[in-house]
Amino acid sequence: MKAFTVHKGLVAGIDRANVDTDMIIPKQFLKSIKRSGFGPNLFDELRYLDEGKPGQDCASRPLNPDFPLNWPRYQGASVLLCRENFGCGSSREHAPWALDDYGFRAVIAPSFADIFFNNCFKNGILPIVLKENIVDTLFKDVEANEGYELTVDLPRQVVVTPSGEEFSFEIDEFGKGCLLEGLDEIGLTLNDADAIRAYEAAREKDTPWLFGAIK
Amino acid sequence: MAGKTLYDKLWDAHLVKQRDDGSALIYIDRHIIHEVTSPQAFEGLRMANRKPWRLEMNVATPDHNISTDSAERAAGVDAIPDETSRIQVKTLDENCEYFGIREFGMNEMGQGIVHVMGPELGASLPGMTVVCGDSHTATHGAFACLAHGIGTSEVEHVLATQCLVAKKMKNMLINVDGVLGTGVTPKDVVLAIIGEIGTAGGTGYAIEFGGQVFRDMSIEGRMTVCNMAIEAGARVGMVAVDDKTIDYFQGRQFAPAGEVWDQAVAYWETLQSDADAEFDAVVQLKGEDIQPQVTWGTSPEMVLPVSGVIPRAEDESDPVKKQGIEQALTYMGLEGGSAITDIPVDRVFIGSCTNSRIEDMRAAAEIARGRKVADSIKQVLVVPGSQMVKAQAEKEGLDKVFKEAGMDWREPGCSMCLAMNADKLGAGEHCASTSNRNFEGRQGNGGRTHLVSPAMAAAAAIAGHITDVRTFEEGGAS
Ligand code: SF4
Repeated sequence: MKAFTVHKGLVAGIDRANVDTDMIIPKQFLKSIKRSGFGPNLFDELRYLDEGKPGQDCASRPLNPDFPLNWPRYQGASVLLCRENFGCGSSREHAPWALDDYGFRAVIAPSFADIFFNNCFKNGILPIVLKENIVDTLFKDVEANEGYELTVDLPRQVVVTPSGEEFSFEIDEFGKGCLLEGLDEIGLTLNDADAIRAYEAAREKDTPWLFGAIK
Repeated sequence: MAGKTLYDKLWDAHLVKQRDDGSALIYIDRHIIHEVTSPQAFEGLRMANRKPWRLEMNVATPDHNISTDSAERAAGVDAIPDETSRIQVKTLDENCEYFGIREFGMNEMGQGIVHVMGPELGASLPGMTVVCGDSHTATHGAFACLAHGIGTSEVEHVLATQCLVAKKMKNMLINVDGVLGTGVTPKDVVLAIIGEIGTAGGTGYAIEFGGQVFRDMSIEGRMTVCNMAIEAGARVGMVAVDDKTIDYFQGRQFAPAGEVWDQAVAYWETLQSDADAEFDAVVQLKGEDIQPQVTWGTSPEMVLPVSGVIPRAEDESDPVKKQGIEQALTYMGLEGGSAITDIPVDRVFIGSCTNSRIEDMRAAAEIARGRKVADSIKQVLVVPGSQMVKAQAEKEGLDKVFKEAGMDWREPGCSMCLAMNADKLGAGEHCASTSNRNFEGRQGNGGRTHLVSPAMAAAAAIAGHITDVRTFEEGGAS
């Protein structure tokens, strides 16, 4: 996994609450058996005027002029600003894969859905929770200033505005550690293989039916 | 010290290691696999040259993008017309074969929607930790499992280690006391709860559903409720073990038998919250207050009793919510201030892991019996949740009831719940649906979903618009 330390990037805002994972990447694209290539279909139904199909050349599709990511000023954005309950709905990891493939490194919102939040960490994307009033201010500043960039500083756990103002955010230590180092979580868990085996041995004695095989 | 909640007990029983950084390793007893969220996980395993930690803890089945059409299904996997769907189903078959995971293949008895087939096979059992790369895994909490959805990286993690890295959630109790009125179903209860606490109301919590209404509810009804915990933002929804739970599992294919059964029952009987357990949040509702529910908008929290009136954006003072209502009304093609029962319906979908069990089929058939689908309705899909549900329904003659009413009786799968196969809404079409998500485009690009109970869906099919099922007389014509 990609490591995340300090990232400075152009901010784009999507001003609606409850953006669900079907919106982030519609289900027809989940049929892929790969992890990459979802970027052109990020927000497909909001972004294009026609119906998206897997394997299409998206460059020739009609764009929805009302959708912010299609505006010239947001081209190259790598920090996404959103409203509450971002990423609600399904557990599809295709949502962070699509955000990543498009080029987003951090997502800022007042709240996130749990599974989406979790999935971001596995893919080198930093989800940042900031208070509603701060997110409001950021939306206004992004709108008022073309080329508005934020610096996301993970080691210090702050978001820094162009004027140098800092907003701190919380993050759990394990997730932070994995992102900073770009760690393989499976490898980490396998370091505890002995603890897992010891647990299994004890449980198999107490609750043998849990170990009944599916055959 | 306060007692433990059910969630605390399940967490403690599965804690392999508490790490210093606040995270924990939790042991997973059962992993259910389907074709959509697993291919990249298997690929990851192969690339890292890893093997499944404990093969026999996994069970797999295809459900999301298989056809529900009998002829297409009978033609087999190689004949799935959509190439990408075919590749995905074949990839699951190949991965299960390669790694040696038990799969219930597309046309095999036992196949079904992951959250329908797991419990009915006894593959998920009380007290287990159950995970699946699907957010509706909370369904299995109906019998005191610690069950939740995971992403593909975690699917790979569970395959490789039989564990997950987790952080303990907070405890929420949703207590619904009293009794439900006639025509009010588990689906209405959970929709009413979501209407009350909102789609983010349960974020960060494990929800336990308690109170008389759930004690009176069947295990299948509890599954409907727990299924939609995620629509209230909670990854986990649970109901404590009681006699009904134990009866439900007796004799199931993968349930224990003999002496081990008795041992299991003794343990299962401890799976309740202690009387002095403390919850971080408590929500109270009264069963008597709940009416049949209908969603009018594009989020499950945009829900109202069938007697309600669609909200107007101008009556909302909060700007973000106001914008939400405007966007939803525009997308849904509805006018604020009109009656819920005026919502027209073009198609009806009875199915999904929320409402495709035998009790759901019976409830829909009860309404359909001796009646005809309205002429204005383009299609009514009745999709059983599993091969076993299908077989049972046919044994009871329910398939004939549906067909005589003018409905389509299909093969088991997710179908129009998320429209990954050919079962889809057209743009602008309204659907009375027993599924769990009314998101934009969920059931087809531009489609408009109204979440309802199976009985309400069948009633909408007969009436041609949303209608109050309680006004239908039993067995007679409408
Ligand atoms: S029926 Fe719908 S919600 Fe349930 S597993 Fe299938 S797609 Fe997901």
